[in-house]
Amino acid sequence: MIEFRSVTKRFPDGTLAVEDFNLVMPSRKTTVLVGSSGSGKTTLLRMINRMVDPTGGVVEIDGTDVASVEPVKLRRSIGYVMQNSGLLPHRKVVDNVATVPLLSRVPRKKARADALALLDVVGLDRALANRYPSQLSGGQQQRVGVARGLAVNPNILLMDEPFGAVDPIVRAELQRELIRLQRDLDKTVVFVTHDIEEAFLLADQVVILKHGGRIAQVGAPAEILAHPADDFVASFVGADRGRRALHVENHGGGDILVDSEGRLAGVLAAASASEAKAGPVSGPGASAQGQDPR
Amino acid sequence: MSWVWSNLDLIWDRTLDHVVLSVPPIVLALLLSVPLGALANRYRVSRGVILSAAGLLYAIPSLPLLIVIPAVVGTSARSPVTLIIALTLYGIALMVRVVADGLASVDPDVRQSASAVGSSAWQSFWHVELPLSGPVLLAGLRVVAVSTVSLATIGAVIGVKSLGSLFTDGLQRGIQAEVLSGIVMTVLLAVILDALIVAAGHALMPWSRTPLPVRSRNGAPGGAEA
Ligand SMILES: Nc1ncnc2c1ncn2[C@@H]1O[C@H](COP(=O)(O)OP(=O)(O)O)[C@@H](O)[C@H]1O
Ligand SMILES: [Mg+2]
Repeated sequence: MIEFRSVTKRFPDGTLAVEDFNLVMPSRKTTVLVGSSGSGKTTLLRMINRMVDPTGGVVEIDGTDVASVEPVKLRRSIGYVMQNSGLLPHRKVVDNVATVPLLSRVPRKKARADALALLDVVGLDRALANRYPSQLSGGQQQRVGVARGLAVNPNILLMDEPFGAVDPIVRAELQRELIRLQRDLDKTVVFVTHDIEEAFLLADQVVILKHGGRIAQVGAPAEILAHPADDFVASFVGADRGRRALHVENHGGGDILVDSEGRLAGVLAAASASEAKAGPVSGPGASAQGQDPR
Repeated sequence: MSWVWSNLDLIWDRTLDHVVLSVPPIVLALLLSVPLGALANRYRVSRGVILSAAGLLYAIPSLPLLIVIPAVVGTSARSPVTLIIALTLYGIALMVRVVADGLASVDPDVRQSASAVGSSAWQSFWHVELPLSGPVLLAGLRVVAVSTVSLATIGAVIGVKSLGSLFTDGLQRGIQAEVLSGIVMTVLLAVILDALIVAAGHALMPWSRTPLPVRSRNGAPGGAEA
């Protein structure tokens, strides 16, 4: 469990990035921080592994104040995946994945063998192991980034807009992979995005942020859709523009779902567990088209 | 040409002298510039001080420098060591800025991700920042090598034997072939050292000449294509 208590961050230049932030991120669940650019998402994420130290309040992991843990040691126990993968261009894929074990002096042979196994886990062909990152596509690079994040088998995985730079089709695929991974691995995932569709798809708990890291609403995707706390949230999730207000139309004997602006949203099917999690909208258009509700 | 054939031994000896004078300064300049350049890249104040000092150093003419060094270091004015120190200083003057610029050119995303996964500052420097500035360092070192080989001929003026001795001797005695062989061998030596440095760079940085990725749609979904 990760807990923020009255956390404030003011940067040396005076920018108040996060103000009096309080939140519990439950263990083995995916918490998604969603908000527009500059709302303090990255700052919040980085206060967990001490890339940023708060100027007020405490961040605790399982009851331990992170400020009492040496930063390098803390970071090696927490997976971190960022946009543009941040891979080392001068290291082969396998060595990129093995970065942290090698830093922690795991024997080279074992580190490489483990890294190869991780390529399987993230769905990459082992034949790519000896390539350099520049020889991979964007989607493949992000997978390597995820594999690197998992290399120390961390309990916590921090992901900062990891799929923000890939095209919508690849993004949808990476999202599905992450859901599969999370089902198998059961990590405490903190995921940052500005894409509400992505947040609803991946999250157990969605945290909608306003400027200054102020929480507009926290809840399960379905709760937020059903009961937006205020106009800001309603507009952010797109409920106010009718994209979420779907009705059934009958076309030649088949039922289809249409939003209030006449866009086709999908078809009506029997609810399944995964669809329930993603919220009422689970038509193919919802996230695969990468439409931004804002 | 007959002068050349009957003096091959002399030309070879002066060439070896020249190698002994110019290779150590190139290596020393690289080794010493790394910590200095890193310091220059670290703080605004140290950057100003170190880079200005380097600029001034390069502006000092070589003859006065060759007179000052023995006075300061205590070497003999005619010793090769004096010349090696002078050439090292010139090399540093060029190379420090290159190292500072090279380190500054490293992608901040890569640096951040190194620190995010738990590299210490020391590890990040040696395993990430320095290797990634390698191509810039290589380009700078090539300039230093060529300039050092050419500057080393000045040794002749203070009586340190080098390929420069062939110019001075040839001029004094009116042997054109001797002057010419000095020039040709100096250029040849510079070209060979340059090629060696480039080859070493390729061997040490295989990643820097990998072809750019083929931008194709189907390349994107990692596992799917495999
Ligand atoms: N190192 C920094 N120094 C000063 N201001 C910063 C720094 N990092 C972020 N900020 C500011 O803090 C605010 C929140 O930034 P960030 O956490 O990166 O937002 P997000 O990730 O949601 O886009 C922004 O106004 C940003 O300009
Ligand atoms: Mg951000």
